[in-house]
Amino acid sequence: MVNVSDSKSYKVVGTNPIRHDGYDKVTGRAIYGADVKLPGLIWGSVVRSPHAHALIKSIDTSSAEKMDGVFAVMTAKDFPSKDNKFGDIGEGTENLKWAQDNILASDKINYKGQAIAAVAARDRNTADEAASKIKVVYEVLESVTNVEDATKKDAPVLFKDLNGNHLGKKVKNTNIAEITRNGIGDPDKAFKEAENIVERTFTLQMVHQGYIEPHTATAHWDEEGRIRIWTSTQGAFDVRGAVTEILEMDVSRVKVTPLEIGGGFGGKIPIYLEPIASILSKKSGFKPVKLVMERTNVFQASGPAPGGTILVKMGTDKNGKIIAAESTIKLEAGGYPGSAIGAAVQCIFAPYDIPNARIDGHDVVVNKPRSFAYRAPGSPQAAFAAETVVDELAKIHGMDPIEFRLLNASKEGTRRADGVIFPKVGNIEVLEAAKASAHWKAPLGTPPKGRVRGRGLASGYWFNIGMKSTVNLQVNTDGTVALIEGSTDIGGTRTSISMQAAEILGIGVDNFRPVVGDTETAGYADVTGGSRTTYATGYAAIKAAENLITVLKERCAILWSIDEKDVDHNEGTFFATKDPELKISFKELASKIGDTGGPAASSGSVDLESGGGAFGTHIVDVDVDLETGKTDVARYTAIQDAGTAIYPAYVKGQIAGGAVQGIGWALNEEYYMSDDGSMANTSYLDYRIPTALDLPNIETIIVEVPNPGHPFGVRGVGEVPICPPIGAIGNALHDAVGKRFYDAPMKPGRILNVLGKIEK
Amino acid sequence: MQPFAYTAPTTVKEAVEILTKHGDKARPMAGGTDLLVQIRGGKYNLDAVVDIKKIPELNSLSNDSKSLNIGAAVPCHRIYEDPKISEDFPGLIDAAELIGGIQIQSRAGIGGNLCNSTPSGDSIGPLIVLSAVANIEGSNGKRSIPVEDFCTGPGSNALENGEILVSLSIPNQGSKFNSAYERFIPRNEMDIAVAGVASSILIGSNGKIESARIALASVGPTPILAKKASESLIGKEPGEAAFNEAGAIAKTECSPIEDMRGTVDQRKHLVEVLTVRTLNKSLERIGG
Amino acid sequence: MATHEKIHIKTTINGNPEEFLADPHTSLLDALREIVGLTGSKEGCLDGNCGACTVSVNGRIVDSCLVLAAEVDGQNVDTVEGMANSDGLHPLQQAFLEEAALQCGICTPGFLVSAKGLLDNEPDPSEERIRHWLAGNLCRCTGYNNIIKAVQKAAKNL
Repeated sequence: MVNVSDSKSYKVVGTNPIRHDGYDKVTGRAIYGADVKLPGLIWGSVVRSPHAHALIKSIDTSSAEKMDGVFAVMTAKDFPSKDNKFGDIGEGTENLKWAQDNILASDKINYKGQAIAAVAARDRNTADEAASKIKVVYEVLESVTNVEDATKKDAPVLFKDLNGNHLGKKVKNTNIAEITRNGIGDPDKAFKEAENIVERTFTLQMVHQGYIEPHTATAHWDEEGRIRIWTSTQGAFDVRGAVTEILEMDVSRVKVTPLEIGGGFGGKIPIYLEPIASILSKKSGFKPVKLVMERTNVFQASGPAPGGTILVKMGTDKNGKIIAAESTIKLEAGGYPGSAIGAAVQCIFAPYDIPNARIDGHDVVVNKPRSFAYRAPGSPQAAFAAETVVDELAKIHGMDPIEFRLLNASKEGTRRADGVIFPKVGNIEVLEAAKASAHWKAPLGTPPKGRVRGRGLASGYWFNIGMKSTVNLQVNTDGTVALIEGSTDIGGTRTSISMQAAEILGIGVDNFRPVVGDTETAGYADVTGGSRTTYATGYAAIKAAENLITVLKERCAILWSIDEKDVDHNEGTFFATKDPELKISFKELASKIGDTGGPAASSGSVDLESGGGAFGTHIVDVDVDLETGKTDVARYTAIQDAGTAIYPAYVKGQIAGGAVQGIGWALNEEYYMSDDGSMANTSYLDYRIPTALDLPNIETIIVEVPNPGHPFGVRGVGEVPICPPIGAIGNALHDAVGKRFYDAPMKPGRILNVLGKIEK
Repeated sequence: MQPFAYTAPTTVKEAVEILTKHGDKARPMAGGTDLLVQIRGGKYNLDAVVDIKKIPELNSLSNDSKSLNIGAAVPCHRIYEDPKISEDFPGLIDAAELIGGIQIQSRAGIGGNLCNSTPSGDSIGPLIVLSAVANIEGSNGKRSIPVEDFCTGPGSNALENGEILVSLSIPNQGSKFNSAYERFIPRNEMDIAVAGVASSILIGSNGKIESARIALASVGPTPILAKKASESLIGKEPGEAAFNEAGAIAKTECSPIEDMRGTVDQRKHLVEVLTVRTLNKSLERIGG
Repeated sequence: MATHEKIHIKTTINGNPEEFLADPHTSLLDALREIVGLTGSKEGCLDGNCGACTVSVNGRIVDSCLVLAAEVDGQNVDTVEGMANSDGLHPLQQAFLEEAALQCGICTPGFLVSAKGLLDNEPDPSEERIRHWLAGNLCRCTGYNNIIKAVQKAAKNL
């Protein structure tokens, strides 16, 4: 194994080459999910519930079936029955009936837009028209769309068959699927000893990842009983696993080809359309069927991030040291159990070394889409709450917010409330970099006329994951290397993975031809998620490159008729250790590969425990119009520990992009629920993600505290930057207007309300 | 999209004939940026879409010393890219520049915005305070009505079956008259107004306000001409005291609802703020 | 009189004459993607709010999801596929690569066509003007930093 290097003497790591898929993506040639074309392709359309909570009494598909141009109609009855079956379709073991009902409901609707039936027809318009002819009779039930209502005594209960696990106690007739408790020390005693205590309750609304490419899937069930799927997914092998669980078949019968993906942020880990397209294809007489989800349904029926309520209580001693902390986090799972509560619990107090803490987590089902991962799932919500309380305590102690955080910062050896002991982490280094940043040192300046300005800061944490990856390398005779891997490339990972192999082989990354393969050509890889791809698949690439060097040393030994132990490699040149005359470049050796034993290939696989947790601290200046409550971000700096930045331009891109999603979450984004349980703002017009005009340049500062668990020191990068923004903006608003904000989004109406300008 | 026929007549007469024949199963299309979204959303089930962009009168744009005439199919960009119109009618430009993004403004026009008749239509308030007249033609001939009488409810208007809007005429009221429009949105572009206010004032030879108009968007079933607030300004010295009073009155002349875009209180508050801001801007634009 | 029959459309796409038949209710986006076979323009929202389907018609940028194919009969349509020529990439495309102005890349064709529409008419726009012009194109990955930088760089190189 390559040792962690502090010398920064890398040739490839840390540079910014043009990404390998770049030309295809700027010319419009790149094939994304919906771009796939197949001979004889037909289109599907999905029938969805207009109600948020209802029983399905009957489904009449006869008119649709009779329509000219319709090839197939399906309902959940076309899937194998899932009663009392359990399995893993991507995010741990769950009730397979619920998982299947989330794809196509069999008997009950738990959220508006939930799929019920589907048709396949000669073209998209015909399929849509046929879908509109399917008649569903519902018994509409009262709906609940937030944790507060769902946990009231007389609340309508979503599941008769749910056994709530409340701190180990089995509870029926509840919408709280699970209550967990984690703790350390004796918080009750510590609070009694505390000098200052701040206790606040926060609310957040459900938000969506907002990827620009809607979900899509194309499937072809052939006469042999094999299924080919072309889709836009964060993990082709996960799609294969999930589809075979739903359809109850062996994994080898399904081949999944991942096409280019138009954003995911966690939302393209779960499957929605793939099993439907598969069954429609079979029922259509083995025709390939394509489905594209409309934007409205992407919002109301694909998995967003949970809203909820979070109570945070913290106590400090007279020196400002946090000695006790407590939190109760209640998150909306959506229509089926399984919110991001576990991760929220792990992250909420992670930036701080707190000896006494207790964290309760509640997973609550409500009549909203089944929530799934969104960039650091659970952590941004938790950070909003914790960072606001930390800011209040710093103010009470009259301390600078960075000094207060440094005094309490978690570091190597700190034990988190959920029991984990931190290895080497860069929390302190990030805070020091924030303190030294141009932004933090700059005067606040003068806001435009009619505005007031404030500055705020917050930290955030994400643990990052490891898991399984494979990389295969093949030497081409022109001195290039084909790199085949199975990790979806959402933003430059073909290159960041190749760069690591290139560094080991001592050749330029432009000599790499990386390919994201399908489930039958690439080695197994877990999802692109958890900020694992550059870390884990990159690690597999390093191993593959090391293995390739071993293979190539053998070839040199043949070439020179010496013992392979006497061959060494340095910076792209192989040489004989005992004869200075014998050396050969990688490129020249590649040209002779046919004469030295035939094709040279290698493989590297990993199964890693953790991705090396990382911290970020963000500084923001906001300008608030006191008359309208409108907030503009005037300046923004995001500081983050990337371990070692392999591909810095894209590390900065991840940091800036994550920060901007967090800014949207803080200021405007929310699922606005109508009284009937439907999301009212199901378009980009009213689900207000930031435009180019809403933002300043996002300044980024990369801190590098190498991860001891990776040869080059890589830490996951993509998720951390969405954690601090909500808290940072809340703290900046307080600095600007002198009031605290405990509810997100901090939208103009809410600001006017907190300022006392309007009553509601 | 549901199937429909497409036709692009080249005369008003032809367009009126087709629309009269199909009744509510046909819709005229100018920019199409609202209509195609509405068809996809299932608001209409149409036999025919009548593209009116090939009718010369509907595509003409002229501005002389007496009035500005805007064909009903003229897209926004043609209006705000005309330097003379921008100089003469800045209050209208305020709206033309913010309807959708640049892509939308290549297609969408003031005429379509008016005929779509939503309470939030950004150009309707400015048209009202500019005393614009809607020129309509149908099988029974031509008629003209003031824009403030055009919208009759959310998405409904004074057009009878088969009638189309041909053009809008806006009088040029001289150098002592000016107008402004501001809407409040949480972002800086690409939004529907939480509330919008258009104002205009004419300063008399005595330096006092001779006439004034204030129109409110997104705070009632149609854009509203705030008559009491407008009248409150007449004869007053233009400035803070009069404008604040008008703002306070305008707030009482709206009837907003609470929805995803804002609350009742928020909208009323914004009407007051934006009334004062647009009156100030109108005064600044008159100058001197 | 109006019928539901397919319409014969003669148009120029990226400088090349194209003729095809389309249903009256086929959007320009669907015609480009499904009939002409140019899938560079992307479907993001179908209501004119994301800009992923931006193309140019007679030199003006439009959301092709909100244009009927029938309307471009006799008109000039330009898409992302027409930006590069035999000399190589358009300076905007080159700048997008060099400035890492794309992550997932789904919004990139729309941004490129929009930005070209700006630079074709305004060779030296301010940052504020670029941000305003591109407000009809949504990107969820980059935070826009590098897109703005790429447009500024291309403006210099054009």
